[in-house]
Amino acid sequence: MEKYLIVSAILFTIGTIGVLTRKNAIVIFMCIELMLNAVNLTFVAFSRYLGNLDGQVFVFFIMTVAAAEAAVGLALMIAFYNNRESIDVDDVNLMKW
Amino acid sequence: MFDNVWLIPLFPLIGFLFLGFFGKKIKNEAIIGGIGTLMIFLSFLVSCGILMQMIGLPPEQRVFEKVMFPWIHSGSFKADMAFLVDPLSVVMIMVVTGVGSLIHLYSIGYMHGEEGFYRFFAYLNLFCMSMLMLVLGNNMLVMFIGWEGVGLCSYLLIGYYFHKKSAGDAAKKAFVMNRVGDFGFLIGLFTLYWWFGSNHNIWTVNFTEIKAASHLLPYGGVVTIATLCFFVGATGKSAQIPLFTWLPDAMEGPTPVSALIHAATMVTAGVYMIARMSFVFIKSPETMMVVAVVGAATAIFAATIGTAQNDIKRVLAYSTVSQLGFMFLAMGVGAFSAGIFHLMTHAFFKACLFLGSGSVIHAMHHALHKIHSHDDAQDMRNMGGLKAAMPITFITFLVSTIAIAGIPGFSGFFSKDEILWMAFANPYHGGLNVVLWGIGAIAACFTAFYMFRLVFMTFFGECRNLKIKEYLHESPLTITIPLMVLGFLAVVGGYLGMPKLMGMLPNYFEHWLDPVFEQANHYGAKYANTGAHFSHALEWGLMGVSVLVAVVGIGIAFTMYVKNTELPGKFVATFPALHRAVYNKWYVDELYDYLLVNPCKAFGQFLWKGFDVVVVDGVVNGVANVVMGFSGVFRFMQSGYIHNYAASMAIGVVVILGYYIFK
Repeated sequence: MEKYLIVSAILFTIGTIGVLTRKNAIVIFMCIELMLNAVNLTFVAFSRYLGNLDGQVFVFFIMTVAAAEAAVGLALMIAFYNNRESIDVDDVNLMKW
Repeated sequence: MFDNVWLIPLFPLIGFLFLGFFGKKIKNEAIIGGIGTLMIFLSFLVSCGILMQMIGLPPEQRVFEKVMFPWIHSGSFKADMAFLVDPLSVVMIMVVTGVGSLIHLYSIGYMHGEEGFYRFFAYLNLFCMSMLMLVLGNNMLVMFIGWEGVGLCSYLLIGYYFHKKSAGDAAKKAFVMNRVGDFGFLIGLFTLYWWFGSNHNIWTVNFTEIKAASHLLPYGGVVTIATLCFFVGATGKSAQIPLFTWLPDAMEGPTPVSALIHAATMVTAGVYMIARMSFVFIKSPETMMVVAVVGAATAIFAATIGTAQNDIKRVLAYSTVSQLGFMFLAMGVGAFSAGIFHLMTHAFFKACLFLGSGSVIHAMHHALHKIHSHDDAQDMRNMGGLKAAMPITFITFLVSTIAIAGIPGFSGFFSKDEILWMAFANPYHGGLNVVLWGIGAIAACFTAFYMFRLVFMTFFGECRNLKIKEYLHESPLTITIPLMVLGFLAVVGGYLGMPKLMGMLPNYFEHWLDPVFEQANHYGAKYANTGAHFSHALEWGLMGVSVLVAVVGIGIAFTMYVKNTELPGKFVATFPALHRAVYNKWYVDELYDYLLVNPCKAFGQFLWKGFDVVVVDGVVNGVANVVMGFSGVFRFMQSGYIHNYAASMAIGVVVILGYYIFK
């Protein structure tokens, strides 16, 4: 059981580092998906361990949210690209002091 | 008819409301003036009715209180909106409504063509209402409503020509000085109320109840304090030393205002108040002495200033201050009915004098306008020889001047002589009596002098400005009829109060007011038994001296202004410093500026620059600056750099989780 949690933690960490480090917006979205899926893994592991199906049901919810969020995020990036010809997150800098 | 006493202040109130709201739309001067005059004339008719009814009653029944409605009922404190009809208030309402009606009629002609015609009559009606409430009130609070109201109307009417800065300044000065007096009145009222309540459980401000309980008052002590405070109120309202300087400045207002408010009615409010509260004042011999001394001092002080003034209205203003001094002298020596008698005769001849001067100014203004001159229409040095051009004005003016000078046969003689005799023969002030009488006699001499100086400079001799001579003409009837009525009253009014000594007519006036002043007369009689008896010969002698000083004053004025007209110039050249001092009103205004006005202004400047700008603005701006400082630091959180935001989210999650894990 612990092994699943360790894998999940490693996946989550990789995802976080990716979000904090990468410039390309698509890559950041992929890392966010990675984080979400790591959490999915955690939930399923606990569900199996506790013998309770609640974890797996919650995974469904998370997947739904991840899908919707990906759709919205990509639409946001398309709009941004139409304006700035770039999807580098360093270029999203107008709301500064 | 007594029951209808509430109509008396009501009519002018209706006049004020109607003219105030609709006057601007009514363009017809006759209607506006007519309504204003009609209202006060109706009050006069009701007053006459009340007088007739009162004459028919025996003296003990001549008191009537009419309660309009309960006004303040708070715990054990009760003050109703109620009116007191007794001989004293009847005298006052007759004077106020009678002289008031004549002046309203006069104003129709005098204020013709003025832009604020309706405003003038509205304010004049408001003034009459306030004055009538003052004299009819049966308790000190209703009197105070009237007291404040006349002060307000004085401000409004002095500042009638509000485009002129001098008029606005004079109005403010009058109002502020009145307020100082009002403060004294209130302190006196509170002191008396508190003393009666805490010592005898009599919680009242009603005159009749206080009079009934006045035997409980001690002599001196608290009563002295209360009465002195009341007297301060009287000095403010009636222009005595030290609060008199507003009255000469008040001449900025139109002449009918000077006649009504600053000669016949408002300035007599202080005298009336002391008469109304006579039963309290006699319990404080110290205050009586102060009143008498201040009255005598004011009489002579103002008389000296009046001798050197060149503006016709200013001379009359100082004359009013001086005559009010005589009235207070009478009050201070316990001759309350003599003081009220002089109030009445003074109202007649002083109103006639002011209205006459208005007639002169009107004619001068008209004539100077015709020759396109900007000379002062009120300066006597521009006048002269008007008696041929304006005979009615001249005769009435002369008659009133003879009255004020105190020549026998005219009203002023009877009232002034009675005051001087009572100043000498009163039982209150011992050795000081002779001094008071002496000062009064000298002031009477000065009065005769400067009044006849005025008459000689204005009406006699040759016209000093020959160019206007042909344009001078008599004033219209609306102006001359009031003059004639008042002139007539200035002659015959005195016969109501002929002294017993002369034996021709009984002293109707004194007997009329006896029931009002019974305590005062009782007290005086009690004292008089221990004092000296005065012989008839002495009384005739003093009367003769009064006449003599008047004749001397007239004689000097005749010599200086008719026979030998270089004398005034030579006098000024011989005593330049004295003349300068008298001409500049003994520098009293400058003294007040130095002592009171400038420190007040300086304090105001300090509060503005030192406190408001530095402290208050400092705090408000300081708070804003602190907020700006903080925001200057915190704004750098908005870097616009997405990875910063993501990092702070991650760190935040870690911190929160850490907190919960390691709690």
